[in-house]
Order: sequence, then structure tokens, then C-alpha cells
Amino acid sequence: MFGFILRRLGLLIPTFIGVSLVAFFFIRLLPGDPVLLLAGERGISPERYAELMHRFGFDLPLWKQFIYYFGDLMHGDFGTSISTKKPIFTEFFTLFPATLELSICAVIFAVVLGVPAGVIAAVKRNSWFDHTAMATALVGYSMPIFWWALLLIIVFSGTLGWTPVSGRISLMFFFPKVTGFMLIDSLLSGKAGAFQSAASHLILPTIVLGTIPLAVIARQTRSAMLEVLGEDYIRTARAKGLSPFRVVAVHALRNALIPVITTIGLQIGVLMAGAILTETIFSWPGVGKWMVDSIFRRDYPAVQGGLVLIALIVMGVNLVVDMLYGLVNPKIRHQR
Amino acid sequence: MTAVSASVRPGRLKEFWRYFSENHGAVAGLVLFAALVVVAIAAPIFAPFDPDQQFRDALLMPPLTHGSEGIFLLGTDALGRDILSRLIFGSRFSLFIGVVVVSVSLIGGVVIGMFAGFFRGWVDTTIMRVMDIILAFPSLLLALTLVAILGPGLTNAMIAIAIVAQPHYVRLTRAAVLTERNRDYVTAARVSGAGPLWLMFVTILPNCMAPLIVQAALSFSGAILDAAALGFLGMGAQPPTPEWGTMLAEAREFITRAWWVVTFPGLAILITVLAINLMGDGLRDALDPKLKRS
Repeated sequence: MFGFILRRLGLLIPTFIGVSLVAFFFIRLLPGDPVLLLAGERGISPERYAELMHRFGFDLPLWKQFIYYFGDLMHGDFGTSISTKKPIFTEFFTLFPATLELSICAVIFAVVLGVPAGVIAAVKRNSWFDHTAMATALVGYSMPIFWWALLLIIVFSGTLGWTPVSGRISLMFFFPKVTGFMLIDSLLSGKAGAFQSAASHLILPTIVLGTIPLAVIARQTRSAMLEVLGEDYIRTARAKGLSPFRVVAVHALRNALIPVITTIGLQIGVLMAGAILTETIFSWPGVGKWMVDSIFRRDYPAVQGGLVLIALIVMGVNLVVDMLYGLVNPKIRHQR
Repeated sequence: MTAVSASVRPGRLKEFWRYFSENHGAVAGLVLFAALVVVAIAAPIFAPFDPDQQFRDALLMPPLTHGSEGIFLLGTDALGRDILSRLIFGSRFSLFIGVVVVSVSLIGGVVIGMFAGFFRGWVDTTIMRVMDIILAFPSLLLALTLVAILGPGLTNAMIAIAIVAQPHYVRLTRAAVLTERNRDYVTAARVSGAGPLWLMFVTILPNCMAPLIVQAALSFSGAILDAAALGFLGMGAQPPTPEWGTMLAEAREFITRAWWVVTFPGLAILITVLAINLMGDGLRDALDPKLKRS
């Protein structure tokens, strides 16, 4: 197992260097001079231009620039945002809890509905429930989530007036940031109604972000359950006279969940892509909206730093999923 | 038996159709998709109006409004353009995007994956590490950044989506080639003097097609969704192009006043993507017995 982890970690190093190379060259490929971009519309004197070129190291050969840039990355220096003048690392991790909170809620939503739906569909195969659930899952899987968000806003925020349209909490509430998770912080603040406000702001974004994972998980659970239910040990369990519920919930589900857990882990990329759209539509102050805003503001250092940080997070989660999978499935661990 | 004779084995199409038609959803998807193709090709015949014509006396009219020149079946948008006509012309863009993205990423991915799997060694390692790098970025984010660099527009959006879709084909092709390359029929072809290119693309490739076709269907719908998302974020096709995602972006500010300008373009995207995914499920059942759902 230790060798397996080392091998997977070893694979990450070239990928990380590659990711930072890609992000580094993106910014050089952009049309326009970075210093002129920094100077803005007022322009800049030639002496000052040369001084800035030197200060940022743009007068060095490219490979040297990359080495310095990579060295900075290794020290946790991801550059400084042009628009806010703050370090990108700080900026990113101030906003990240909002994205994390939304993603966790979306995954919980998807698992709580998707796993039972998949199990029931498999057990009652070809029943009306199976057909309805799988048809719904296919619709969910095909959903353009940005449109889905607009529809939910029209119905639940517009017509019914049940939920707010944007933001994380009503502006009435102000309390210190402890964990960065609005649900927890609002509870800690002890202010009446704060938690309800935070929760009501979360409902629609959670549904929107959770829809595709929900569909994927329901389909995956159903097919994994169907496979497991045909195994010999299930027949044995039934022959022993165990109750049908025990056979399904204990013997079958435990084994069927292995591929399902992997699927959930692999949804992280989908979640990050979905977060970009969901956060933009609901003005959710997370890293997805921040990336889109940075792209539109032409804040290229922020885009560059954000790309590397997001790729690092995706790589980290994939590694954890791989290790968990290796832990439960010895076949994967020993293969090269 | 060589691969070539296997691929033209009589009755193969018939066998495929038997499995495919067992899946009623897949047949429904195929019919729907065929209808969409017909609508897209014959758009000028089906569309009641010119998609860019602005009826100044009929701004934001609800569906089934009688205008001075005829009925606006799905209503009009904020500039008085007929939504149905715009959707009909928009189907051309979506299908075109799907075809271009799938062709580019499929051909590129198959060639790259074939080289990786066939030659192994440092070629394989280099290619797979590059693919890992692309896959480390969330697809939409990478596409968005690429379009920001290349400049917003439909062509650049398609290039970006094709680049992002490519690694999946590379991985699938490589995996399939790895299992095929040591089979007896490949050795037989090699011994009879076939060169590496012949072995790769004539001997091995036809036997790796099943997972690739399924993936092509999946990424066709994925490309339509991603292009619409880019259009929605203002980075894809630019107004006044009647691309569905771009139409949604233009409609966003009217969501409280005119539900129809938001509802119909999204519905068009959903139905198209659903039809292709239904077909994809049927293709998987018919072509790839290993992946069969039951």
C-alpha cells in the first residue's frame, strides 16, 4: 500500500510541473504586454516601463522566468491580483469555503437522493419506479444547468417568492467569520433567523449544482446493485433465510457502494465546472465566480494563480479517491 | 481472420440493429435526432420568419401572439424577433458544433492514443502525462480560459472544447490498443510484413471502435452543453447569432417579465442533449456487451 501511494505521488510531480507550465504560458500567449496592462489606460513613461519590466522579471529569458515563477509557487506565492492588489493565495482561500460549502451540500443532496433511488430501482427492476427514476436521471444528466438555475429562479424566487435570488445570506445579518461556512457561522453567531437565511440562500444553488451528480449517482448505484445482486454470496445470504431488507442493505449495498464512491470522487471536476456556472448565476461569492470575474476583468495573474490552485485541488481529491479505492480494492493496488 | 473481413461480416449491421432497437428509448432518441437534423438542414423552409428580422411593433410578445405578419408560435424576444425561427436556425449551430468538436477530438485523440498504446515507452509516458495535465483542469474552466486567450467566438469555443474533450479519446484508444496489440491476429499481420502504420490503423483500429463510438455520442452532447455554457457566459457565439446558449444569455435580464424567452432556448438544448444521450445508451448496449446495463 505504501508503495502504491508513493507511486501515485510520484506521478503527481510531473503533472504539477506541467500544470504550472500551462498556466505560465497561458499568460504569455495573451495578446498585449503585461506591464502596459498593469499601467492601465493612462499610459506609462519609457523609464518607468523599463523599471517595471525589470522588477517583474519580464526582461529575463522565458525559461529563467519560469524557474523563478515555479520557485515562487513552491513557496506558496501565487502572485498578486491586479484588481485588488491582494495576494492571490489569500484571495482564493478567503473565497474557497463558500465553494466548498456549496459543493458539500450538493454532494450530500445527490447521495441522499441518488443512492436510495438507485437501490430501489435495482431491487424493483422494470417496475414503474425503475422506469420513472431512470428516465428522470437521464433528463437530469442531460440538463443544461445554467438554464435549470434560471427556471428554478423563475418558479421559486419569482412566482412563489420562497427563496432569495442571490448571495449567501441576507444583508441584515452581520457576524464574524469563524469557519467560512455560512451555515455553521450563522449558528455560532446566535442571531435569530440567521441560520434560516443562510439555509434558504443555499437551497437553489445546491439543487442546481447537485442535479448532474444526482443523476450520475442514481444510474451508477442501480447498475452496481444489479451486478452485485446476481452474485453467489447474495444467493447464499438469501438461502440462509436473511430478511430481504438485510440482504439488500447489508450484503449487497456494501459491495455495490465501492464503484459508487469512486464515481462520487470523480465528480469533483464536474462539480468545479458546475460551480463556475452556478456561482455566476446565483452571485455566490466563491472561487468559480471569482475565476469568471477575473477572466472578464482581464486580471491575468489571478486567472493564472486560480488555475494552478484549482488544478492542485482536483489532483489532490483524485489522489485521495485513488488511495481509498486502493484501500478497498487490492486488485488496483498491485497493478502497475 | 483479419480485422477488415470482420468489420464487413454479413449481418453485423442487422445484429447491431437488433440490440439497438431493443432499447425503446434509444430508438426514440434516434428519431428525435433525425428530426433535428432535418430541421437544421431545411431551416429556411421550416422557419416562419427570418431569424434576425425585428418586428418593432411586437417586442417581448408571449407565445401564440398574432402579429402583423403572422403568428409568433413561441413569442418574440426583446428585439421583436420570432423565437421559433431563431431556435430553428440555432439547431444548425448546435449540431455543427457537435459534429466539428467530435470529429476533431476523435481523430486527434485516436491518432495520439494509438501512438501511445502502440509504441509504449517514453512516447506513451509523455503523451499520458500531457493528458493528465489537461484532465487536471475542470473542463469548462480550461475551455473558458482558452477562449479568453483566443478571443470570444464560435470557432474559438469549438477549438477549446475539442482540446478539452480530446484526452478521453486518447485514454480509451490507448487502453483498447494495449489489450489488442498482443493478440494473435496482430502478430499474424506483423509476421506477414505489415508496417506499423498499417498495423495501427488498419489491423488494430477497427477492433477498438466500440468504446470510441459510445464516447463520441457522449462527447457530442457534452460539446453542445459546453458550447451553450460558453455562449451563456458571453464567451461563445456572439449576438446576434441565434445560438441557443447565447440566446439564453440575452434573455437573462427578462426572466421575471417574459418566461418564454428563457424557457424555450433551454428546452431546445435539453431535448437535443437528451436525444443524443438516449442514442448513446442504446449504442453502448448494442456495441459494448461488457458495459451492458443489465
